[in-house]
Amino acid sequence: MSGASLAIPDRLRLLRGANNEGVLAVVLLALIVAMSIANPAFFTLPTAFSILRSSIVPLIFALGVLMVIISGGIDVSFAAIAVFAAYTTVRALQSGTPDLGLIGAFALALLIGASLGVINGFLIAKFRLPTLIVTLGTQGIFKGALLTYVGSRYIADLPTSMAHVSTTNLFEVSTPTGSAYLHVLVVPAVLLAMGLAWVLRSTMFGRSIYAIGGDVEAARRAGIRVMRTQVAVYVIAGTMAAAGGMIYVIMGRSASPQILVGSELDIIAAVVLGGASIFGGRGSVLGTALGVILVQVIYNSLILAGVPSAWQRTAVGVLLIIGVGIQAVASRRSSRASVIDETHQKQEVPA
Amino acid sequence: MTSTALKGPSSPVLEVRNIVKTFGGVTALNDVSLDLLPGEVLCLAGENGCGKSTLIKIISGAEKPDSGEIIVDGNTYSSMDPTDAIKSGIQVIYQDFSLFPNLTVAENIILTSAVADRRRLYSGRAARPAAQAIVDELGLHLDLDADVERLSVADKQLTAICRALVSDARVLIMDEPTTALTHTEVDRLFVIVERLRSRGVGLIFVSHKLDEVLKISQRVAILRSGKNVVTSPASMLDPRAIALHMTGQELDETRHVSELDAQSEIVLELEGLGLRGAYEDVSFTLRRGEILGVTGLLGSGRTEIAEALFGVVPHDSGVVKVNGTPVRLHSINDAIDAGIGYVPEDRLTQGLFMDKSIADNIIAGSPNEHTTRFGTLDLRAVRETIQGLFARLRVKAPNVQAPVRSLSGGNAQRVVLAKWLARRPRILMLNGPTVGVDIGSKAEILGILRAEAAAGMGVIVISDDAPELVACCHRVLVVRHGRVVEILEGDDVAVDTIREKVAA
Repeated sequence: MSGASLAIPDRLRLLRGANNEGVLAVVLLALIVAMSIANPAFFTLPTAFSILRSSIVPLIFALGVLMVIISGGIDVSFAAIAVFAAYTTVRALQSGTPDLGLIGAFALALLIGASLGVINGFLIAKFRLPTLIVTLGTQGIFKGALLTYVGSRYIADLPTSMAHVSTTNLFEVSTPTGSAYLHVLVVPAVLLAMGLAWVLRSTMFGRSIYAIGGDVEAARRAGIRVMRTQVAVYVIAGTMAAAGGMIYVIMGRSASPQILVGSELDIIAAVVLGGASIFGGRGSVLGTALGVILVQVIYNSLILAGVPSAWQRTAVGVLLIIGVGIQAVASRRSSRASVIDETHQKQEVPA
Repeated sequence: MTSTALKGPSSPVLEVRNIVKTFGGVTALNDVSLDLLPGEVLCLAGENGCGKSTLIKIISGAEKPDSGEIIVDGNTYSSMDPTDAIKSGIQVIYQDFSLFPNLTVAENIILTSAVADRRRLYSGRAARPAAQAIVDELGLHLDLDADVERLSVADKQLTAICRALVSDARVLIMDEPTTALTHTEVDRLFVIVERLRSRGVGLIFVSHKLDEVLKISQRVAILRSGKNVVTSPASMLDPRAIALHMTGQELDETRHVSELDAQSEIVLELEGLGLRGAYEDVSFTLRRGEILGVTGLLGSGRTEIAEALFGVVPHDSGVVKVNGTPVRLHSINDAIDAGIGYVPEDRLTQGLFMDKSIADNIIAGSPNEHTTRFGTLDLRAVRETIQGLFARLRVKAPNVQAPVRSLSGGNAQRVVLAKWLARRPRILMLNGPTVGVDIGSKAEILGILRAEAAAGMGVIVISDDAPELVACCHRVLVVRHGRVVEILEGDDVAVDTIREKVAA
């Protein structure tokens, strides 16, 4: 098989993508076309920009979760870390500390996120505990600590530096149906996505995450520093969560310890829909971004279609099971195919 | 790998000197010394638990010795860590290959050396030509872009070999490299081994299969109870001598079958059993107290017949009678109800709960045989069964609470056997009962089967190990292309006859 003349199945394989990104893109496209036909109000620039706007925070969370899932774990504490970091930062800036400016505020929040990530990573890597249990536990601890030591008050007025960003748009396009604004915070989300994609594809750290997700013991034998890598994964996931939390607070122009509750499911659903394997070792940034946008498009469509919001959660739940179901069935089918191949080979062997 | 490496007595590429290793008071290795020349295949033989694996772990840096030294290319180390070992050219191919199933062949080949070089960046585009080069150099056909999980076992092994060579291995240690391969695949592996030798790589083979070992290796080092009892050129040894050194006793591999009463009742009778595409017109009988061998090539239908009798893949024509009554064998439960037991080929995935204790595994198949009259578990009977079988089968473990994962192959196989014996089946089928089991354990397992048969069980042994069949079977069925072509009896049950009939 030389590079120039790819056979048709190989081309299909390429188009489909390593993690079914191609399939996801087709589903997304079909949904958009269907919605546009059903309701012309859907296919407009304002709708597109608003979907992008609503995808910012989920995308950033999803990137962190993606990394954890590739490494073979699962993180349900990211929402708690996000709230903890963002709310604590806002409180700190309010209560007399000199205004650190936007950069200072972010630096503080990211530092808090990273520290909480260290706790997750240390517990998981050092004691080899199940990731779901550890993050379920720390999630409760972080929330409790936040309410006890930091506060529980709703904060309606953000520091000026932060409040300012919330009304900044990247650009504005006038359309017949009204002006469409693209929020400036799309930029960091896209940069983070591109950055993580590069790290996962082109650094030894990124490849080590895949290797650990594929087979931890093999990774150890290959000389990969598993513990260090795992801790780093959770630190980065914590930092990402903090960034997501800050952006959420800025865009909502208020802070409260009660925000983001229950958003874990949507994010994990988006990542799994995006082709990441819940068993680790597989997943891509492109797939995750498509997954996040798909979930947002579905939300948006359901609203336009007048479906009660209670059903939106049901829709995501159904989507999650379908996504995981397809993965499981596909892998079972391919393993069965390879068994047949092998017995076939054995029979040919005259021994 | 210069040409001098191939000529005359060159200096060893690897030496271990006076290695001592103890685990909590138990001596695993006692003053072991070895050397390995470039371009040589050294076979490391020994029974399970003799210290082979510990020695390999010390050489590869996974364990640290209590004393002694390791000398690679003239550099002396008192202990290794995995990175030291890889850097100095020592590569181990474990039985499970330690590959990453989710990554492509190319990346698997490249990744380990990139880790060892402490590289920070990775380029898939640059990795591919390097992987291609090593694959071409060995004359292999591997799809570099395929995910490893989709490869056959043999191709996975070749991937592991390529990975070892790409980081310029001087010493390649292969743990049980032939266990999972078919005959042709083994031959292909040996061709590769010859190519590696001509490159000046020194190879250490760990293997149970003595005839293969003698074919490929130049020297054999035998460990027994942590001591290197002999290191000798392979040409000076035969399987019998190796077995003697490994076990320290003369092993009885001769034919040893009980006198079978011609009047003893028939426990199992097959009449014209068939399954489209697998086997047809299979008829034979099994008597109480008889050990019946079933042999044939892989794919001949021998395993399928056994699976039909156990209800895994039901037959579609013919009749099976147990104790004279026709039985329906449409599911495993049917077979168990009829008193048929089956020890499968792959005991690790099909026969054992690896993380559970020996006790739990022994009792796992027979809770219904150990109930009080109120339907609750009769714990006293359970304990008696477990202790009885543990002692009778001489499972080597500190106690019955030890997890099965910690046992060697021979001992794990005894636990599978114990699980079935706890059910007291009338008919017990065993598929490859001694695959991956060392010779000492093998002799004992055959002894256990003889004893069970003498006590009244009907036993079917499915195997391609002719000497083993000769050693214990009253009669041997030869299956070819899904048909029973021969039933050997009496003096016809001989190694040469069996081999000839199988291959005909």
